[in-house]
Amino acid sequence: MPDMVSLDRAGPQQRQFNPYSDNGGTILAIAGADFSVIAGDTRQSEGYNIQTRYAPKVFKLTDKAVLAVNGFAADGNMFVKRVRQRLEWYRHAHAKDMPLRAIARLIQTMLYGRRFFPYYVYNILGGIEEDGSGAVYSFDPVGSYERESCRAAGAAQSLVQPFLDNQIYFKNQTAAPGTTHPKHLPLQEVLSLVIDSFTSATERHIEASVGDGLEMYVVLARGSQLQGLENVPNVQEMTTTSDGERIFIIRRELKKD
Amino acid sequence: MNSFADRFAITGPIAELRKAQANVEDDEFSDAAWGSEAGFGSLAKGIPTFTVPNVPDPSSFLRLHTDDHADPNCRIKIQHGTTTLAFRFQGGVIVAVDSRATAGSYVASGTVKKVIEINPYLLGTMAGGAADCQFWETYLGMHCRLHELRNRERISVSAASKYLSNLVYSYKGMGLSMGTMICGWDKTGPAVFYVDSDGTRLKGDLFSVGSGSTFAYGVLDQGYRWDLSDEEAQELGRRSIYAAGHRDAFSGNTCNLYHVKEDGWRFIGNYDLSQMHYEGPSGTGYGYDIRVEGRSSADAPPATAA
Repeated sequence: MPDMVSLDRAGPQQRQFNPYSDNGGTILAIAGADFSVIAGDTRQSEGYNIQTRYAPKVFKLTDKAVLAVNGFAADGNMFVKRVRQRLEWYRHAHAKDMPLRAIARLIQTMLYGRRFFPYYVYNILGGIEEDGSGAVYSFDPVGSYERESCRAAGAAQSLVQPFLDNQIYFKNQTAAPGTTHPKHLPLQEVLSLVIDSFTSATERHIEASVGDGLEMYVVLARGSQLQGLENVPNVQEMTTTSDGERIFIIRRELKKD
Repeated sequence: MNSFADRFAITGPIAELRKAQANVEDDEFSDAAWGSEAGFGSLAKGIPTFTVPNVPDPSSFLRLHTDDHADPNCRIKIQHGTTTLAFRFQGGVIVAVDSRATAGSYVASGTVKKVIEINPYLLGTMAGGAADCQFWETYLGMHCRLHELRNRERISVSAASKYLSNLVYSYKGMGLSMGTMICGWDKTGPAVFYVDSDGTRLKGDLFSVGSGSTFAYGVLDQGYRWDLSDEEAQELGRRSIYAAGHRDAFSGNTCNLYHVKEDGWRFIGNYDLSQMHYEGPSGTGYGYDIRVEGRSSADAPPATAA
């Protein structure tokens, strides 16, 4: 029995069930007074290998909710599919779209339902709350969540988040005498911060995990002005109803190397 | 006539239908997810259901991918690190917590709400897995409401904490991580119970939980008396969280302070720890620079008269 001898000499063998992979990329969301911007790059990679230059990470859920997913792309796509299915069921049962805070709680329970076999996904939910304010909810992979006014997640979160803390929350900045920092920034300023965040992350991130394209969703509260959005190049409206919140998408190129 | 045989048969059309139904219900969603229970989906069938990986040892699978203490390169980083404290005194219960969440060595958030408002009379604190605490204490809140509807009176802090303790004990060894204090006011007066995911449940006057708890205990034990005034007690809670934030790298940012009295809890305030360091309660910072005043070893030695 030569086979058994060789097997014996090979020593103990170990096998692992590893259903996860990291597909890189970065997502980012910022809430304003009456709008919300949700953005993500479109590159999908595995290690130093670029799998595709266009794989969306940001998805429109309803006319007032946009979900960005980052981490393992297969889990992310499946998760978005399931959230959309639950939102459709809700629409059939209640003849209206689910409010944003309810979507946030739904996402918590769906993520926590996989507490013992987690989705490897970091979620950021952005949109408009029932009171018309812009909102961002961020989640960990097993469903702990919090409402914030800005959040970055993914490969370049450690590059982008400190920049946002400084520019949005004015951390470590002292206001000029007699002035205060604004609570919310105007849309134009937020959009340029988002673009700057992504171009800088693309420049400075070591691995080939951020770049190629940038997709920015803008959700405007019911009845609010366009705030200069009409002059932004490459803007496209995605709204489906005429009297509710409005959704726009802006696409930009990022460096491809 | 043959219904009895049908019910237990494992072959035939009825058995096939039963098998198909069981398969459908084993899926993540039950039929109830269509209707108004759609929000808290996993509660629709009474008890939450979880997807578990099809491997011989599911908890070691979970540990392999989520335990960042054992392997800092593991993929799924669950938020950790905390200082929380709660104590009972003459004027009720003080609950004070920090607001930092860390994932590995990264400060994932500095604005976490670590006090979970279960209902107007009950508070829970969050240490360990953020999602575990948030989810199960929300779930506890729903069952406290059911208790009120069934028994026409509020649940006692003791019963609520025991409900949570029994619940997490049923998941023992599966990898849940939570160390929580259930605080409130019931018929017996102010009460604090410590509950953790190992199944420990302790009644007591004073607890602190988390990586910064030793530092908080130091200040807390030194200043604690039963007959503290409300203001003194609130200041002791704040000062203890400051001490923990100052010495523990995994705690910090801000302090959230709550006070539970006979008519339920009240949010006292959110305090920036670095602001407390320099400015303190009355313009005198908690930091010891102010007490050293130019006589520290970092200062230049005074010129000696020859």
